[in-house]
Amino acid sequence: MRSRLLLRVTALGYLTALLLVPVAMIGYRTFAHGIAPVWDALTTPAAQHALYLSVLVTAIAVPVNVVFGVVAGIALARRRMPAPRLVDLLINLPFAMSPVVIGLALFTLYGRGGWVGDWLAAHGLQVLFSIPGLVLATAFVCLPFVVREIVPVVEEIGAEQEQAAATLGANGWTTFWRITLPALRWALAYGVVLSTARALGEFGAVSIVSGDIVGQTQTLPLLVDERFRNFDATGAYSAGFALAVISVLVLTAMTVLSRRKERPQ
Amino acid sequence: MTAEIAAAPRRPIALPWARLGAGLGPGASLLYLCLLVGLPVAALADRAATARFWPAITSPPARSALLLTLVMAAVTSIVDVAAGVLIAWVLVRDSFRGRSIVNALIDLPFALPTIVAGLVLLSLYGPNSPVGVDVAQTRAAVLLALLFVTLPFVVRAVQPVLIGLDRDVEQAAECLGASGWQTFRMLIWPALRPAATVGAGLAFARSLGEFGSIVLISGNVPFHTQVASVFIAGQVESGDTSGAAAVGVVLLAAALVVLLILEVATRRGRARRA
Amino acid sequence: MSIDLHGISKTFGDFHALRDVTVGLERGKLTALLGPSGGGKSTLLRIVAGLEVPDAGRVYLDGADMTDVPARRRGIGFVFQHYAAFPHLTVRDNVGFGLKIRRVDNATMKRRVDELLGLVHLDGLADRYPSELSGGQRQRMALARALAVQPTLLLLDEPFGALDVKVRQELRTWLRELHEQVNATTVFVTHDQEEAMELADQIVLINDGRIEQVGTPDELYDHPANAFVMSFLGATTQLGSRLVRPHDIEIFVDRTADAVEAMVERIRGLGFHSRVDAVLPDGATVTVQVTRAHAQQLELAAGDVVFLRAIPGTTMRATVDAAAYASQPMTHASG
Repeated sequence: MRSRLLLRVTALGYLTALLLVPVAMIGYRTFAHGIAPVWDALTTPAAQHALYLSVLVTAIAVPVNVVFGVVAGIALARRRMPAPRLVDLLINLPFAMSPVVIGLALFTLYGRGGWVGDWLAAHGLQVLFSIPGLVLATAFVCLPFVVREIVPVVEEIGAEQEQAAATLGANGWTTFWRITLPALRWALAYGVVLSTARALGEFGAVSIVSGDIVGQTQTLPLLVDERFRNFDATGAYSAGFALAVISVLVLTAMTVLSRRKERPQ
Repeated sequence: MTAEIAAAPRRPIALPWARLGAGLGPGASLLYLCLLVGLPVAALADRAATARFWPAITSPPARSALLLTLVMAAVTSIVDVAAGVLIAWVLVRDSFRGRSIVNALIDLPFALPTIVAGLVLLSLYGPNSPVGVDVAQTRAAVLLALLFVTLPFVVRAVQPVLIGLDRDVEQAAECLGASGWQTFRMLIWPALRPAATVGAGLAFARSLGEFGSIVLISGNVPFHTQVASVFIAGQVESGDTSGAAAVGVVLLAAALVVLLILEVATRRGRARRA
Repeated sequence: MSIDLHGISKTFGDFHALRDVTVGLERGKLTALLGPSGGGKSTLLRIVAGLEVPDAGRVYLDGADMTDVPARRRGIGFVFQHYAAFPHLTVRDNVGFGLKIRRVDNATMKRRVDELLGLVHLDGLADRYPSELSGGQRQRMALARALAVQPTLLLLDEPFGALDVKVRQELRTWLRELHEQVNATTVFVTHDQEEAMELADQIVLINDGRIEQVGTPDELYDHPANAFVMSFLGATTQLGSRLVRPHDIEIFVDRTADAVEAMVERIRGLGFHSRVDAVLPDGATVTVQVTRAHAQQLELAAGDVVFLRAIPGTTMRATVDAAAYASQPMTHASG
């Protein structure tokens, strides 16, 4: 049918122009001058530190987020959470906030003149412009991902399985570990993948709280931005390419896991 | 497994970690939430609530940035609905080689860091564009970046609804004399509209705060392509955190209003269906 | 509208739904496309409607070649098994949909919709939504909707399949009355031979993509073209190498010419008739249906030796494969 072809071409054309070609371009631009410059750009001390920092921050923020997500998710779904409306609002807040505003909120709290900031300064501690700040910002933006995946699954499972286990004599921990958690695993994995992607790629919030100090508080996305502003195209594209490769892996994981989690248990 | 559970005493043992489900866990997570999220936001609101709140958000650059952001978010949402429904339609109803790959790629904007998205769009539609299209430092660039990052919202919201549609309904309409467009307008669109609205709302809220993808390609020209988030970052850099906080609170409020409307609409939609 | 199909073939992937089907359906009649599930009857109906395009063959409606004409322009009414109600429109808007498409003015549309709602006994429900109606009401609405545009051809795809037995009965009777009133050529698909026998002027029996027989219900029952037709339309039992109706077998207590020896296994009184299961020497079971009075007269008991003979002149067909065609006695053939 002619109209079917027209629809297909229009849709694919839009996707190609907006999504596919630009993403393909990054590979083209990165390796425009060969592989050697890319390798050099990725192995400078600044780049290595940026990668290390991104991974470190993610490795702290995501597990904490997972624990929170599982505990809060189950509590919400089983109606055991105090002030559920408030909790719901706070959980959705990171989705509503611009990353810059998140960074600003943290800046306001922990910076000079802030409620906690003055106390920190008095004790010689630093949150902003150092790793703790990065972790806080990253944890803030990643907060919703795991819990939002957990809640619907736990609600759907229903409490019967857990109650059945309880009548058989299982205590809370056994029930959780052997009944609830296995049922959650695909939704949890999906949430972890989304969280990780978000954490690695976070830019706006960390750019405010980090001060973007090269070699100290510069994550990989910040490196991309700095190099670009310093007209180091290859350097910027190389770091961007590294991030893009990670995100394609993330995308693959997301695709596989989203199918797994939709399957009836 | 049943054997060892059955062998255990009949009454649940009150081990310390059993309390997790009872009160310690939820309480702790609530505390974590308040400390991590609640406190900074409260500090932000506090910083914004100075005498200079109104001047801060009505100053010419602030007003321009906010207005631009709102308009861009609205245009993005509308384009997203049209494009999103079309793309979802083709993905669900059509079949062609590579369809499943295209379907998977829809989620790419969710997985890609925003700064890389900006870089990516710049390489194709910026100064060294291989196709001769250069929209850097224009409002079109802002729109382009927003369309990129919000692409999945409407598509993913509409897809499940499309999949669940009763095909007999469309055939019945055809037998009654309706053309494809008439069938879409009178029968299919009403079914899609709620989901499309939710997707558009999410896209709108996201567009209000978008930063990383815009910052490279838009050139951040004040009064022209400077969106609110970039304006805020600039204010922080120049030390005016109260002014930045004021604009930030406005953005936050706008996004919250949108999410609230969506929440109410979803709940009402669910109640009507029940 | 008369319907003529020539050489219709349709394949879905590897599955041959229809193989070179040629048949003519008479104008103004109520025709049943009858057959077992997966036999191709729905596909044939949809090809007549224009909802499917045949891989080969031509479709003529009132003599005109309509094979390449889309469903929208064939002037047909179609009713689906699961109603295909438009969920976001009221009953009134559902029924008036075809009129709205044709840009009929509001006054005429209202009048016609009210008329139809009266015809299908849904007056008073005009402002409800389909989700608020029962299955039977929804199907009546669907029928009214199809009739609203005054089609010359009415097609129904297993219209009562999704309904309760009682509702099915009511709607069956009502469809027949409606047909007498409206007088459009009507074709309906069913796998229920009882439904076809009760309603249709003409039956087209389709199996495995091919037409087994076309004729009136009496013709198919009394003069089946083959063993399949015979066993599909009524109970059969096998006596020797032939398929016979259980009520066409005589039971003799003494040895009789042409009668086969059998041992009574079981006698069951089923209301007005009785059922006798007997075993032949080769182990095959024969089911005989006799009136209760006759059974009592014969004074049969399990273990008795009797002699069975098919009544000469009654319907019989040779079987090719006994197992394929012998049916469960006293119920109609599998569908």
